[in-house]
Amino acid sequence: MNLVRNHILISIDSSTIMAGARAVERAFVDELLNRGLQDEVSVLETGSLGLINRGVVLVVYPEGVIYADVTTKDVPEIVEEHILKGRFVERLVVKEMPKQHVIKREKTGLLKEQPRIVLRNSGIINPESIDEYIATGGYEAASKIINEMKPEEVIEEVKRSGLTGRGGAAFSTGMKWDFARRAKGDVKYIICNADEGEPGTFKDRLILEGDPHKLLEGMLIAGYAVGAQYGYIYIRGEYVLSIERLEKAIKDAEALGLLGENIFGSGFSYHVSIKKGAGAYVCGEETALIESLEGKRGHPRSKPPYPVTEGLWGKPTVINNVETLANIPEIMRNGASWFRGYGTEKCPGTKVYTIIGHVATPGLIEAEMGTTLRDIIFEYGGGIKNGKKFKCALVGGAAGAFLGPDMLDVNMDFVSLREYSAVLGSGAILVMDEDTNIVEMLKNVLHFFRHESCGHCVPCRLGTAQLVKIIDRVADSKGKREDIDKLLRISEVMRDTSFCPLGQSLYLPISSTLKYFRDEMLSMI
Amino acid sequence: MIKAMINNTEIEVPEGTTILAAAKKANINIPTLCYHPDLIPGGQCGICVVEIEGIPGLKRSCMTPIGEGWKVHTHTPRIMATRKQLLDLILSNHDTDCLTCIKNNNCELQGLAATLGINSIEYQKMEEKLPVDNTSVSIVRNPNKCIFCGRCIQVCSNIQSVNALAVNNRGYESAVTTAFDAGLGNSPCVNCGQCVVHCPVGALYEQSHIEDVWRAIHDPDLFVVVQEAPAVRVMLGEEFGMEPGSLVTGKMHAALRRLNFDAVLETNFTADLTIMEEGVELVSRLKSGKNLPLITSCSPGWIKFMETFYHTLIPHMSTAKSPQQMFGAIAKTYYAERMGIPPEKIVSVSIMPCTAKKFEAKRPEMRASGYQDVDYVLTTREIGRMMREAGIDLREMPDEPADDIMGEYTGAATIFGATGGVMEAALRSAYFLITGRELEQLEITPVRGLKGIKEAEVDIDGVKIKIAVAHSLGNARRLLDRVVEQLKNEGRSEYQFIEVMACPGGCVGGGGQSWGSNMAKRARRGEALYNEDRSLPYRRSHENPSIKAIYEKFLGSPNSEKAHKLLHTRYFKRSPIDGKIIDGENTTERR
Amino acid sequence: MERDEIIKKFSPSLDNILFILHALQDNNPQNYLSKDDIRVCAEYLNVPYSYVHSVASFYTMFSLKPRGRNIIRLCDSPPCHLMGSGSLLEYLKESLNINVGETTEDGFFTLELTSCLGVCGVAPAMMINDEMFGNLTPEKVNAILDMRRKS
Repeated sequence: MNLVRNHILISIDSSTIMAGARAVERAFVDELLNRGLQDEVSVLETGSLGLINRGVVLVVYPEGVIYADVTTKDVPEIVEEHILKGRFVERLVVKEMPKQHVIKREKTGLLKEQPRIVLRNSGIINPESIDEYIATGGYEAASKIINEMKPEEVIEEVKRSGLTGRGGAAFSTGMKWDFARRAKGDVKYIICNADEGEPGTFKDRLILEGDPHKLLEGMLIAGYAVGAQYGYIYIRGEYVLSIERLEKAIKDAEALGLLGENIFGSGFSYHVSIKKGAGAYVCGEETALIESLEGKRGHPRSKPPYPVTEGLWGKPTVINNVETLANIPEIMRNGASWFRGYGTEKCPGTKVYTIIGHVATPGLIEAEMGTTLRDIIFEYGGGIKNGKKFKCALVGGAAGAFLGPDMLDVNMDFVSLREYSAVLGSGAILVMDEDTNIVEMLKNVLHFFRHESCGHCVPCRLGTAQLVKIIDRVADSKGKREDIDKLLRISEVMRDTSFCPLGQSLYLPISSTLKYFRDEMLSMI
Repeated sequence: MIKAMINNTEIEVPEGTTILAAAKKANINIPTLCYHPDLIPGGQCGICVVEIEGIPGLKRSCMTPIGEGWKVHTHTPRIMATRKQLLDLILSNHDTDCLTCIKNNNCELQGLAATLGINSIEYQKMEEKLPVDNTSVSIVRNPNKCIFCGRCIQVCSNIQSVNALAVNNRGYESAVTTAFDAGLGNSPCVNCGQCVVHCPVGALYEQSHIEDVWRAIHDPDLFVVVQEAPAVRVMLGEEFGMEPGSLVTGKMHAALRRLNFDAVLETNFTADLTIMEEGVELVSRLKSGKNLPLITSCSPGWIKFMETFYHTLIPHMSTAKSPQQMFGAIAKTYYAERMGIPPEKIVSVSIMPCTAKKFEAKRPEMRASGYQDVDYVLTTREIGRMMREAGIDLREMPDEPADDIMGEYTGAATIFGATGGVMEAALRSAYFLITGRELEQLEITPVRGLKGIKEAEVDIDGVKIKIAVAHSLGNARRLLDRVVEQLKNEGRSEYQFIEVMACPGGCVGGGGQSWGSNMAKRARRGEALYNEDRSLPYRRSHENPSIKAIYEKFLGSPNSEKAHKLLHTRYFKRSPIDGKIIDGENTTERR
Repeated sequence: MERDEIIKKFSPSLDNILFILHALQDNNPQNYLSKDDIRVCAEYLNVPYSYVHSVASFYTMFSLKPRGRNIIRLCDSPPCHLMGSGSLLEYLKESLNINVGETTEDGFFTLELTSCLGVCGVAPAMMINDEMFGNLTPEKVNAILDMRRKS
């Protein structure tokens, strides 16, 4: 038997594939074969390490050295120097790692400091191997639950954990499950909302690409707790790699009897399948998503009735975001009180953020609820790029608020932000430096909403159209003073009368822009 | 029961009552726009929003059931300002050329703008003008007027199950159109006009024949004859502010005469003729047992629907033409001959509660007289406009009879205008044709009324026949799916005779009726027809002296060769994509 | 492949409509849903033709007019916009000599805008068919277009 002395983990996600990760992977395999090292060094695929925009990223174990911007030309050198001679290829080593990017296993005892719950396996295991997921304790929670716990007990535990929906609405996950469990219906459904369309957000994609089984296990537990027979993952059509990995994960789980008929011999049967979207932001709204899943245009439904009583095909349905469901296996494995050890009293747990825009190191991070915006931008994100000054950040996606410097020290969690009329939303943090033209940004946001409005209701269909006309005028220096008030007035009507959250939420970016940058806007007139 | 407060008035309503309905009970009128009493609210416009204490945002009263203990406010300053803003947005996207709009004075949007006191349009107009859809011979669609209330789509898809219109594209680019914007004339549209009567604005209306008819009337060389459908006599009054269901037969004749039509005749006369032809057809099919059930063929919307979606039922269709087309064929032959007028000088005008009749008149096979049998078709609305233009107030007209020899009619003919009427009229005569005796219990009540699908069993001298009546094409679809299934699986259907009318309520609910209609009005018009039936000296088609005369002097007997040539037709298989004829040969045999 | 063959991979259930439309569009050499594609889908699912058209026209990934072999979908959501997608758009329009929604004369490229592609870490980004490209600059775009032209 050969002892494997080195593991090379190559991050294979949408961003690294773009940078040529597959070619680098092939080059390693060939190089190792040429040198007869194929039995001593294994080349493995893993998900995102959270390091974004650094080309092909890989880790060499046991040293745990991270290389970035690796090209096929660098491969012989890495093998020669690092693998054979034990010398790091310094010019490629990632040295100034922001805190969150340092990958440490739980046993190092630094878990408290670097709370990776959702992203625990991302960048460590091969997302295409169910065996690796199981080796890290995967499906352990599901197995224990289905064999030993009553559904009500599972729901109780989730309620106790204080987990709330990570898609933006922040409703108690345990309560949602409980409603659906109690709702009358012979057939019930779990839907995973993976229609991640909020601009600046790609956390769900990286969870799906990096650790698809974690989601499946979360869905399995949700299905058991609610009494559902079917689960659907509604995923953006653009997420090609996520779909591929999920398809394989479902197949592997079915082959091991973790999904399908009579799971763990318990009599519980649960089937999961994937539904692919086709480009519509509004389908991230849960009732629009249900309509789309049923094969219709993605127009939101009127609520009530809520999906937990009348959802997919009129049956009780739980819709949870990817990140919410990915929390579940860890909560059930470690217990609600463990989970409550993270975050704040009212908002326990962590939040996955995408930090982008004018930051030094854009990326994906997981931080405790309550972490300040300042920490997220300046510690994890490495501060503002090129030494510029911070102007504002659009937090929570296009439907979020522009937050100025006075908000840097506010705790980032659902409850605290609500006090400032802001939202955590999807966890997207788009950072803008001092040179940013705010009118251009707002114009872009308004164009986005006009494009993505489903068109069903008057306030949103015609409101967005008028908002675009007005902001175009202003950006073109042809606006009038009263145009600024018109923007606000239309957004107020939209907030009050739009049929669904899409139209209602436009008030936030508009009112927050006017709060911080009214003078800048007026200077355009 | 739910107890709540609306504007400080205490109300008590059954659970599930909407705020809108509850307010109405307290005599509080909340303005609406997209809402229609016969349709499921879609919540598009937001005009009907109200405030509920303790609940953030505003709620749509048309689709929010009132809750126990709620305190609702319907006209606070915030709500009133919001409504104006919403209306302003709608007007920014609406072609406001009201003076020249077909809906001038009948427009729900115009009415709302007046109610809410709009005195200027704040937001910039959308400049782009879209082309008007003129592809259909029955219906025009002007997208520049459309306010996206969704009513037309709901009637076209849910109630009629035709699915010609749909929302296409998304957001501000949304458009209520046919697939690939091919136009109604290149779609499965059956011309029923339910979209037209449900449209709150001037986005949908009939292809007008008014100018053509004026030209004919004003031409001294031409002899213009006019026929009026059964349902018109119970809806024309509404064009002059009379109550729905006012019976105005005599006034209508007088007014038409004052419009200078050369002869005022009756569709009701040929309705009796239809019963003679269809009745004999029914008796012969009952005897042979072939091609049962027999299905009625008076409703041109239904005919095109059948040709498009149920062409396997073509052999089951009555080959009898509709009363309008029988009239057309007879006017340019029998009438011309008897009155000594050259048929080429006759212009045949019909007044219909219907938009599909315009399509039917233009069918290429409808030229049995050697000419286009019916030249122009006017809806009730169009004739109302012509009368008003000519300074005629219907209310002031005396009662006058129609002219001979195509003006006399029975009660059986007049009930054609209500759902179940054709069935009832046919059975009155079929009973006589089979047994040689008159049916004593004339009124066949199980086929009356507004239930979607009505069934009954009729005993004809010991022979029981099962009948069914469907109105609205959605109900027809439900019934016919069953029939097709039975025919396929068992080789026969449980029914022997089926009546289908395309429009909800039958012709009294047709696409050519007065603006602002609803099911309650349709019901009252239907009742008025049954009242006329009871008041007439003859109530069975075969008793009509003028009918006896036409067979004696011209046609011979029902289903004679001449009758077949003039009074019967054939059908074509059509594509559900574009409504066009697929193969000309797949038609009924001509016997 | 024949349309019938493609469509049979999915059960004739309405919730498969987006799968079916994706498959039909991928199979169409002009990268769009033709009237025949819509008709075949409607017949297979036993729903009205207008219904399928209405659904297809809702989703931006479907096109109802013929497109080029390579669909360029440039992201124009706030993150990419902030990082300069606006000037890239101008560059693309100029170098391809087409406007958004149009196809080059040789049928090689169709230029479209898209909402967030979820690769904001490497903004500005675009997708060509199924492949993503990030950190775009005019030079990089040029190289990518050249590669596509050659393949």
